[in-house]
Amino acid sequence: MDRIPILKMGEFLLVTIQVDMHDRLAMTLQDDLTEKIVDTRARGVLIDISALQMVDSFMGRMLGNIAATAGVLDAETVLVGMQPAVAITLVELGLSLKGVRTALNVERGMALLRKAGG
Amino acid sequence: MAIVLRQNTQPVHSPEDIVRIRQVVRTWAVQIGLNLVDQTKIVTAASELARNMVDYGGGGDVLMQHVENGIRRGLRLTFEDRGPGIPDVEKAMREGFSTGTGLGLGLSGARRLSSEFDIRSKPGEGTRVTITRWKS
Repeated sequence: MDRIPILKMGEFLLVTIQVDMHDRLAMTLQDDLTEKIVDTRARGVLIDISALQMVDSFMGRMLGNIAATAGVLDAETVLVGMQPAVAITLVELGLSLKGVRTALNVERGMALLRKAGG
Repeated sequence: MAIVLRQNTQPVHSPEDIVRIRQVVRTWAVQIGLNLVDQTKIVTAASELARNMVDYGGGGDVLMQHVENGIRRGLRLTFEDRGPGIPDVEKAMREGFSTGTGLGLGLSGARRLSSEFDIRSKPGEGTRVTITRWKS
C-alpha cells in the first residue's frame, strides 16, 4: 500500500504531501504520524501542502485530527504552503481549520515550531 | 436553456474513483478556461459530492458537460445514484448536518462553491445533484 513518508529533523517531523490523496491514504498518514510522534518523542510536526491543488472537508477533518492528536501528545502542528486558491475554497466550503496553526512556507513554519518548543 | 457542447459519463464507486473524478474535473475545468479559483471550487465541490455518492448512495455516475448559455460557458456536473435517497433534503442541506462520520459540509459546501445548484431525491429511488460553475 502507498504511504506518505514522514521525515525526522531533530525534534520535529516533516511531512510533504505531494500526491492527490485518496481517503485511505489520508487515514494511514494520520495513524503513521501519531505512531511516529510517540516513537521519536517529536515536539512538533510540519505538514507541507504546497503541492495540494485542493483540500476538501475530508482532508480538512484529517488535518484537524492530526493537529488535535499531536496536541494531546504534546507536539505542535503547523500546516504550511497552502495555495491561495485552496485557502479561498476552504473558507467558502465552510472549513476554517480552527485549532490548526498555519504558516506561509516551510521556513516560517520551522521558526514557529522552534519558538513553540523553546 | 443551456446547450451541451460536449459530455462524458464517469462511474464512481470507490475512494480511488473520487480521486479520479477530481482529476478529470480539473482537466475539463482547465480546458473550458475556468480560472484557478473557479477550477479549485468545482473540483472541491465534485470531491464532496462524489464522496457522498460513495459513502451514502452506494456509488453512481457523474455526468460532465461543457455547457453554453448565451455568451456564458461553464462546466456542469450531475451526480446520480440509486441509493436510499434523502428523506428530508432541506435538513440535509443544512450546514453541519451529518448522518455519517463527516463534518456535514458536503451538500451545503458544494452549493456554496457552485454558481448553480440543484438537488432531487426520492426515498428508495436515489439522489441527483447538479452543479454548474460558469466561467467568470
